[in-house]
Amino acid sequence: MFYTIKELVAQSHDYPSVAELMIAVELENTTRTREQVRELMARNLEVMTQSVAEGVAGVQSVTGLTGGEAKKLDDYIAAGDWLSGEPILEAVRNAVAVNEVNAKMGLICATPTAGSAGVLAGVLTAVRERLNLSHDQQVDFLFTAGAFGLVIANNAGIAGAEGGCQEEVGSASAMAAASLVLAKGGTVEQASAAVAITLQNMLGLVCDPVAGLVEVPCVKRNALGASQAMVSADMALAGMISVIPTDEVIEAVRKVGVQLPSSLRETGEGGLAATPTAVRLKQEIFG
Amino acid sequence: MPEVRFHSVFDIIGPVMVGPSSSHTAGASRIGRVVRNIFGEAPARIDVYLYESFAKTYRGHGTDVAIIGGLLGMAPDDPHLRDSLRLAHEAGIKVTFIPKSDKVDHPNSARIVLQKGDHKLSVLGESIGGGNIRITELNGFKISLSMGTPTYITIHDDVPGMIAAVTKIFSDSGINIGTMTVTREAKGEHAIMIIEVDGYQADILARLKAIPHMVNVTYFE
Repeated sequence: MFYTIKELVAQSHDYPSVAELMIAVELENTTRTREQVRELMARNLEVMTQSVAEGVAGVQSVTGLTGGEAKKLDDYIAAGDWLSGEPILEAVRNAVAVNEVNAKMGLICATPTAGSAGVLAGVLTAVRERLNLSHDQQVDFLFTAGAFGLVIANNAGIAGAEGGCQEEVGSASAMAAASLVLAKGGTVEQASAAVAITLQNMLGLVCDPVAGLVEVPCVKRNALGASQAMVSADMALAGMISVIPTDEVIEAVRKVGVQLPSSLRETGEGGLAATPTAVRLKQEIFG
Repeated sequence: MPEVRFHSVFDIIGPVMVGPSSSHTAGASRIGRVVRNIFGEAPARIDVYLYESFAKTYRGHGTDVAIIGGLLGMAPDDPHLRDSLRLAHEAGIKVTFIPKSDKVDHPNSARIVLQKGDHKLSVLGESIGGGNIRITELNGFKISLSMGTPTYITIHDDVPGMIAAVTKIFSDSGINIGTMTVTREAKGEHAIMIIEVDGYQADILARLKAIPHMVNVTYFE
C-alpha cells in the first residue's frame, strides 16, 4: 500500500504500471481475485460510457435547473467552428453529459463522488479513440486514477461537505490528469506533476450548491475540471514541473479545507447558493 | 499523516449508483442498509435525525429517499430507490425526519432509530465521501465500523457463552479477529456483536447462524 504520492511513484517502478501496482494493493487488501477486480472495474467503465451517451442525447433534471446542455455542446462541436479545440470540448461535453444524468437521478459511476463523476468519464471517453486505447487500457486508466485518488482521499478528502469543491472536483480533475499523462505515454513523475498543477489551481474552490442540489454550479465545474485535467496533462507532458512537491500541495488542500467555513462546505448557505437568484430558485423548488 | 479512511480502489472509482450525490444519496442508502441489517427485521417505525449538511440539504440530494431505501434493503444502484418513501408508506412503516442544529463530529451525519415493539436500535452513521460510510455509535456505545473491512454482525439472545461460541468458529477456521464490539440492545433480550476479521471463508456465515440462540448474522465487505 502507498500512502503518499512519493511512495506511489517509488513503488510503481517495481510494477509494469501504476495500474498494476493498484491491482496488487487491491488483491492484498481484499478477498477478491484479479479477475473479479478487473471485472468490477470493467462494469464501472461500462456505466461511465453509458452515462455519457445518455447525457449527450439530451436529458433534463428532476427540478429543471439543468439539462440539455451537453446536447448544445455536441451541436457546437459538430459545427466545427470553435476556439479551444476538439479533444477538450469533447471532454467538456461528456463531463456535462454525465452530471446531467446524475442530476436526474440516473445511473452513474462515482469518480470519486457523484457530484464529480463527469470529469474522469469525460476525459476518458474524449481520448480513448484518439489514443487508440484498448478495452484493457481503458480499465487500466481507471485503476491509475484510483491510485492517485486514494492518496488524495486519505491525505485531504473527496467530499465537498468536508473540504469544499477543491477536494471534490479538484481530486477528480487531478486523478484524471494523472491518468491522461500515463495513457499518453508520459512518466509517473509527470503524472505526479499533473496532479500538483491541477490541485494548485483548484485550491480554495468552495462547495456552494444552489438550493443544495448537485446541479448549479456542479455541472459546469465538472466541465471545466475536465478541461483543466487535459491542459494540466499537456503541461506536465511538455516537461513543466511543480515547484511545490505534490504531497505538500495535497496537504495544503487539506488545510484550506479545514479553514473553509461551514457555509462554503455543501450547506447551500454561502457563495452562489446565497445569491438572490439562488434564494429565489430554492423557494420555487421546495416552497 | 491523517487517519487512513480509504482502502480500496473502488472507494475512489465507484460505486455505480443512482444520482445525484455519492455522500448524500449513495452513502446515505448504505448507512440505511447497514442499519437495517443490524436490526435484522423490518421496523414498524423509523426516526431519522439529520445533522449539519445532511440537515440542510437532505431534500435536494434525496438523502431522505436514500436512507429509507437502504432501510428497505435497497442497494445504491437500485432503480426503485426514488420510490422508497411511497414503498415504506405502503408497508405501513411510520417514517419521521428530524433536522437538528446540533454540532456533530462529521458534517454528513444521521442518527437512525428503528423500532418494532420492544425491539429498538439507535445508530449514528457518517457519510465520509464517495459513497463510503462509517458507523460510529450503536445504542449509545462508541464504535467504529467502516465498510471495506470484512465484518460480521451477529444478533443473538443475551445468554452466557455466545462470545466463546462465536470466537471458536473463527479460531477453528484460522481467521484472525481484528476488532470486536459487544453491546446490548437498549431494551430487549438481544445482544449484538460486531466482528472485523482479516479473512473470509464461505462457510462461516452458515456456521455462525447455526449456533443456538443466534437470531441473525450478516456479513459485509
